Amino acid sequence: MKMNGAEIFVKALGDLGVDVVFGYPGGAVLHIYDELFKNTKVRHYLTRHEQGAVHMADGYARASGRTGVALVTSGPGATNTVTGIATAYMDSIPIVVFTGQVPTLMIGNDAFQEADIVGITRPCTKHNYLVKETKDLARIVKEAFFLASTGRPGPVLVDIPKDVLMNSAEYLLPKEVSVRGYHPNYEGHPKQVESAIRLLMEKERPVLYVGGGIILSSAASLLTEFARILGIPVTTTLMGMGAYPGTDPLNMGMLGMHGTYHANMAISHSDLILALGARFDDRVTGKIDEFAPHAKIIHVDIDPTSIQKNVPVDIPIVGDLKDVLKKMIKLVKGTKEAAQYREKIAPWREQIGKWARTHPLSYKKSAGKIKPQYVVEKIYEITKGDAIIATEVGQNQMWAAQFYKYDRPRTFLSSGGLGTMGYGFPAAIGAQVANPGKLVVDIAGDGSIQMNIQELATAVQYRLPVKVVILNNGVLGMVRQWQELFFQGKYSQTCLPQIPDFVKLAEAYGAAGFRATRTEEVAGVLKKGFAAKGPAFIDIVCDPNEMVYPMVPAGAPLTKMLLV
Amino acid sequence: MRHTISVFVENEFGVLSRVSGLFSGRGFNIESLSVAETMDESVSRMTIVTSGNDQIIEQILKQLNKLISVIKVVDLTGVETVDRELVLVKVNADPETKAEVLRLVDIFRAKIVDVAPRCYTVEMTGDEAKVKAFLQLLRPVGIKEVVRTGLVSIARGM
Ligand SMILES: Cc1cc2nc3c(=O)[nH]c(=O)nc-3n(C[C@H](O)[C@H](O)[C@H](O)COP(=O)(O)OP(=O)(O)OC[C@H]3O[C@@H](n4cnc5c(N)ncnc54)[C@H](O)[C@@H]3O)c2cc1C
Ligand SMILES: Cc1ncc(C[n+]2csc(CCOP(=O)(O)OP(=O)(O)O)c2C)c(N)n1
Ligand SMILES: [Mg+2]
Repeated sequence: MKMNGAEIFVKALGDLGVDVVFGYPGGAVLHIYDELFKNTKVRHYLTRHEQGAVHMADGYARASGRTGVALVTSGPGATNTVTGIATAYMDSIPIVVFTGQVPTLMIGNDAFQEADIVGITRPCTKHNYLVKETKDLARIVKEAFFLASTGRPGPVLVDIPKDVLMNSAEYLLPKEVSVRGYHPNYEGHPKQVESAIRLLMEKERPVLYVGGGIILSSAASLLTEFARILGIPVTTTLMGMGAYPGTDPLNMGMLGMHGTYHANMAISHSDLILALGARFDDRVTGKIDEFAPHAKIIHVDIDPTSIQKNVPVDIPIVGDLKDVLKKMIKLVKGTKEAAQYREKIAPWREQIGKWARTHPLSYKKSAGKIKPQYVVEKIYEITKGDAIIATEVGQNQMWAAQFYKYDRPRTFLSSGGLGTMGYGFPAAIGAQVANPGKLVVDIAGDGSIQMNIQELATAVQYRLPVKVVILNNGVLGMVRQWQELFFQGKYSQTCLPQIPDFVKLAEAYGAAGFRATRTEEVAGVLKKGFAAKGPAFIDIVCDPNEMVYPMVPAGAPLTKMLLV
Repeated sequence: MRHTISVFVENEFGVLSRVSGLFSGRGFNIESLSVAETMDESVSRMTIVTSGNDQIIEQILKQLNKLISVIKVVDLTGVETVDRELVLVKVNADPETKAEVLRLVDIFRAKIVDVAPRCYTVEMTGDEAKVKAFLQLLRPVGIKEVVRTGLVSIARGM
């Protein structure tokens, strides 16, 4: 039976199991919206900005492990998605973004609301498509989901001209898709895995350096099993928060620029680093030639380009972490060697424990101004570590990583690679859509929250009870911190004198607003805010002078940390 | 070091910009690039000449492979190959220079493919060294215009 492109599109979404779409209508996608009007399978969330729609799809994906979907119109609708797409690309998040396009015959004519979005997003998508004919539409939609969610995940964009939506064709959704230039390698080479374990067992000061790949691969429980069998200390990247239980004694917390003292010392003194789904980002390595100078490196990653990109690797293993960790566990589980190894590296764990005790994460408590770290600690206590936490970007993000303990994967949502201010709030909304019963908190900065604040209307409209805790320090804190340390305290353009009254603002949108200005009030206000029925802004007026420590200045080796 | 890489890609619009965008976006260098359809009309073959240290070349090969539209990547460096480039050269053909042009055309087994009152257009095929030598020797005669295809390369034998 023939259908028009818009019908094909919406039917394909339904048949692929898509039940949630975040979007914003416009002329080029009117036919799709007309179809959605009749459809009951696909729930559409109307956002207030297309960037918001993409971050919501992204937050939905990170929190659920499913592929997020956004739908927008041509031209400005499409260009508004770019920051969201680049954010997902840098963090390898599976989303599919559908954009309307002017009719095929008008492409290239500077037609009304035309933008070459395929050209614009080529470097920040895993792949993108311009659909030329209605008959290809269903197949391309299926391919897009296949590419976004397999191998190293990432955003895929599908640009659909208006005539493709209006013309008719048979509905042909292929059972299987195969793309001849795309063959991700899931199985780690057994010989490489064996050599890796052999090398590991020879060493005395091993560290598991764990990244977002563990979460993307859903390999967190395998990692926990493996680390415990051998008793190896673990450090995670920002993207790896929750990949290994934050409360486990083997967990040293985050490494890198704002990592813990003991994680950075451990990496720097280690004789073997087993990197699992982490990509040696410059925020992690510090000065690259002095990174882990004594260590042999084993690197497991599904994407060959991640391996040997920034640091030379002794044993590369290309494969899915689930597969590789299973193989590794099989080699060591229940063996005498494993027990001996655990014993052998006990002094190493003790050394790390000493570092941890001499320089734990800390801050100077004060009776007067509210310390943002204290707020995050309280959020942890009150939620008992059971919330999904999204963050904005800046100091708020680092404190959220340092002072909350993440025991489970997919509970910490943060823009790591691109560092997108304005990410957290829409991402939290997307996470709430994926987890209706859960407490979802966006730990925000007063600067960042103003970048996608319009999405409060979305949260109110759909009764999504997201809680935004604003660590309101009145400044673009992280940038100001650099000015304080490296630009002689010249605070050029980092004070935010015109901060809106967030309580009134929340109320104006139909949400609840709360405020704390003194340390004693924090716990009570947080509890009230979390108990509120709908979405809430919880404005915490914090000390503007607080800084994030430890800090490795850009370009310095990891051992040169500035401490509290 | 210099590498010649064969890249088999989907023969569809936009693929060239995916490949060239990869090079420019990541700061890799392209010395020459040529592309045309293969016997299978759904596949095009590119020959890319690039340079970089081992680590950069490794990244280039991996990044090319990672593009969804790329079907296969072959590094021809270290392989016995036949390399060819085609040049078209417009040279002065005044009464004083004509003889020299004809002599060079003969030596290099080139061909005159267009004749105008004071100008010959010459076609020459060869590997890089031959093209370079030919152009160098023609220069004193007076080259008006040159166009080169860029290198194509194929492995010798089976
Ligand atoms: C203000 C600010 C400060 C920051 N400070 C720090 C800091 O101090 N410390 C820190 O760690 N980060 C910090 N970051 C984040 C940093 O920029 C990077 O985003 C982060 O370090 C990258 O994490 P990752 O290495 O885990 O890589 P990810 O981006 O999570 O990459 C995941 C890797 O896993 C691979 N992978 C995916 N799926 C699989 C699979 N199934 N099997 C195997 N491999 C797979 C991918 O190919 C990729 O190589 C900061 C960011 C900001 C904005
Ligand atoms: C979209 C965007 N613009 C600019 C930056 C640069 N930047 C990084 S952190 C930061 C300050 C963020 O201020 P705020 O949200 O108040 O967080 P704080 O550091 O004060 O906690 C800025 C401007 C960015 N990361 N993203
Ligand atoms: Mg701030």
